[in-house]
Amino acid sequence: MHMADALLSPAVGTTLWAGSVAVGGYASKKLGSRLDDRLIPLMGVLGAFIFASQMINFTIPGTGSSGHLGGGMILAILLGSHAAFLVMASVLIVQALFFADGGLLALGCNVWNLGFYPCFLVYPLIYKPWVGDGKNPGRILVASVVSVVAALQLGAFSVVLETLASGKSELPFNAFVLLMQPIHLAIGIVEGVVTAGVIAYVHGARPELIESMTASRPLGPRVSFRKIMITFGICVIVTGGFLSWFASTHPDGLEWSIEKVTGKGELPEAEEGIAAVLKGIQQKTAFLPDYNFRPPESEPKTKEVSSDWPGIDSGTSTAGIVGGVIVLAMVGFIGAGIRFFRRGGPAR
Amino acid sequence: MSHHIIDFADVHFRYPDGTEALRGIRFRITHGESVGIVGANGAGKSTLLQHLNGCLLPTQGTVTIGDLALTARTRREIHKKVGIVFQNPDDQLFMPTVFDDVAFGPLNLGLDEARVRERVDTALAMVNGLSLRDKPPHHLSAGQKSAVAIASVMAMEPDILAMDEPAATLDPRSRRLLISLLKGFTHSKIIASHDLDLILDVCRRCIVIGEGRVVADGPSEEILTKRELLEANNLELPLSLQKR
Amino acid sequence: MTFDERYFAVGRLDRLSYGRSLIHRLDPRVKVVATLLFLITVISFPPHEIVALLPFFLFPVLLLTLGGIPAGFILRKIVFVSPFALTIGIFNPVLDTRTVTVIAGLPISAGWLSFLSILLKFVLTTGAALLLVATTSFPGICHALRRLGFPPLFVSQLLFLYRYLFVLAEEAMRMTRARDMRTFGRRGLGVAVFVRLVGVLFLRTVDRAERIYGAMLSRGFRGDIPMLRKFRISFGDLAFLAAATILLGAFKFYPVTEGIGRLAQGVWP
Ligand SMILES: Nc1ncnc2c1ncn2[C@@H]1O[C@H](COP(=O)(O)OP(=O)(O)OP(=O)(O)O)[C@@H](O)[C@H]1O
Ligand SMILES: [Mg+2]
Repeated sequence: MHMADALLSPAVGTTLWAGSVAVGGYASKKLGSRLDDRLIPLMGVLGAFIFASQMINFTIPGTGSSGHLGGGMILAILLGSHAAFLVMASVLIVQALFFADGGLLALGCNVWNLGFYPCFLVYPLIYKPWVGDGKNPGRILVASVVSVVAALQLGAFSVVLETLASGKSELPFNAFVLLMQPIHLAIGIVEGVVTAGVIAYVHGARPELIESMTASRPLGPRVSFRKIMITFGICVIVTGGFLSWFASTHPDGLEWSIEKVTGKGELPEAEEGIAAVLKGIQQKTAFLPDYNFRPPESEPKTKEVSSDWPGIDSGTSTAGIVGGVIVLAMVGFIGAGIRFFRRGGPAR
Repeated sequence: MSHHIIDFADVHFRYPDGTEALRGIRFRITHGESVGIVGANGAGKSTLLQHLNGCLLPTQGTVTIGDLALTARTRREIHKKVGIVFQNPDDQLFMPTVFDDVAFGPLNLGLDEARVRERVDTALAMVNGLSLRDKPPHHLSAGQKSAVAIASVMAMEPDILAMDEPAATLDPRSRRLLISLLKGFTHSKIIASHDLDLILDVCRRCIVIGEGRVVADGPSEEILTKRELLEANNLELPLSLQKR
Repeated sequence: MTFDERYFAVGRLDRLSYGRSLIHRLDPRVKVVATLLFLITVISFPPHEIVALLPFFLFPVLLLTLGGIPAGFILRKIVFVSPFALTIGIFNPVLDTRTVTVIAGLPISAGWLSFLSILLKFVLTTGAALLLVATTSFPGICHALRRLGFPPLFVSQLLFLYRYLFVLAEEAMRMTRARDMRTFGRRGLGVAVFVRLVGVLFLRTVDRAERIYGAMLSRGFRGDIPMLRKFRISFGDLAFLAAATILLGAFKFYPVTEGIGRLAQGVWP
């Protein structure tokens, strides 16, 4: 469920980056002040562990498809909110770089969706109160499943919001939610069971371990969120404002080309096939009927540039296609040329 | 030179899972001695070595290094004196590149940049590893990792050197190099190994450990020729002493 | 992809990152900043933009060729992670069927345009991340992060993660191989065995952390991880950053593709 760069707008991407950086900075500060030295290698190695364990898969009973261990919840249980959030962020950084899962701009979203919710919301508010002293395996099982499901539902819902706020997908809100939440409910139950199983195994094999890890870490939830939230708010306003300006300097290409082609700015909506079905779903399930998640489209503006260019003024699309072919050819040539010279040039 | 003395007095150690790994170890090593520690798998050699610098603290009895009794408090002082090369080089090479790893100790000693670089180069040259300088440890072969692990400890210029199975992954030439390096190290050294030829070559004295106790202690030539003693501890006569 | 393939792909990327090309030698900070600029610029184009995105392919092509990175390898990795973006994107042509233009008698709908736009952005952004790591060693990226103001604690544990990634992945690989070798049919692949496998891996990991900590202590560790690493931003680094910024700006604010198209149409009417 990694968010991808291509579905994001810069405003949404940087806003969530700002949020994640703020939480990360806060978590490091909190940890740094009462850090047990041995936590640094432990955090790093556990990050590598999450990574390695995600490469092991298992067969989900009855389906034949395969699943793997999620990261955030198990880390929170083992390391506490602050350290777990930082480790999860690191795991996601490495995934973004080495596996290209998500992307670097979407990293902010992914850290938020997969790190913030399990570590700072679900763990202190659901898991910990539920499990209590952590001696009852039945409670651990139920709490793990509920927590992982809750964290994944929050994460999946955030993916929906982030995608829609970015305005790159045409999916209506309700259909998108219906697409995402049930899948993640299923994933969550499986992951929750696995998480509980691992916790229980470790508990059985080395009971002192979980207790000592729990004892040696700073306690999480009793801290004021005000500072982060204020920082976060400021970041949102600044980046949001700046980036909407940045984006609005360029009118929506579609509006403009529609105008060129049809002479008016709007097109009749086609309602057939799946589109109609999805639209129907939206109307039937509309609890947010008029909510428009997409940012307001900027006014189409005619381009003065076009008159400066020589040649026939025959509509942008043709020029675009011709230009596109030439640009790609040029890029290809440059690449081939460099390859050629590098091969022929002095040995590396 | 009392500060290079190592004294184990009735040292016991129990792992958290209840395994009694050491059950009353007793010996004394004076300055400049070279001591080999041999014994079957699981005899307690690695556990013993980890007591030399306080990675593990005895559950009973005392370890004295120089004039300091080993406790959680004196640990840091003792780290400066004792350099240990562990059995698994992956645990020892924790930094992202060979250079950073070898420089880690000297930097912690507070040396300035020029001296750190000099020490790194000297230490790497000792193990024939200068060409590995900028590589990340996970790109090294097992033997190269061992070599760098040795360099990272030598860069600290310790007073006492302890090695756990240093030659297991080395090719014959690197093993030779290690032997001459060890012979050149004139301070106290303790080497735990199944490579009895190496022990015979480098160590004057040899201690046999069995089930957490000292089974025999004496000059290497003597101990390593006692066939029954060795075989009782899953060992064999060194190859150089076996008749073909 | 099987475990081994995934693992070896990561290993290959990691090995590429220790190359010595022109691109590899640039300061990591400059590369990180340039990559972020690139990403923001590409993403900032509106949902239906296509032609203006094409010039941006110049960047990956330059990095691939100057950095000596095999293009097929990167492309395969991009394709492998594409399902999510594709799944979400493919709804656009279905939902938005307004015809925008007719090319060679074929009506083109707005949905297809936006889908294609998502695809192009996906390839560009994913490629950018992969190329960053293929041309910059991970320790280099970590140092860049430290210099760019990330907390030292965070960067230190990130370096540990990287260092033990391969060690633990190999351990996990040995364990799964052992499991699969003794698995017949589906039985051993279930949750129960998996949980025990991961549990054992976890216990070993914690023990390993303890041993690493011991090794650090024995070399004088006192809570801070010192590193001797001087990064000086050279003239070449600045030139690279300036060139990248100017090109990005030009591609963002001038309709380069369209201009070239019109020019061509002017030459061959
Ligand atoms: N972390 C640990 N937890 C529990 N028991 C341990 C641990 N490490 C070692 N042991 C046990 O302690 C005993 C001594 O182990 P040690 O590693 O010291 O043996 P060794 O002599 O070094 O063996 P080898 O020749 O195989 O290296 C063994 O019985 C072993 O199973
Ligand atoms: Mg051993």
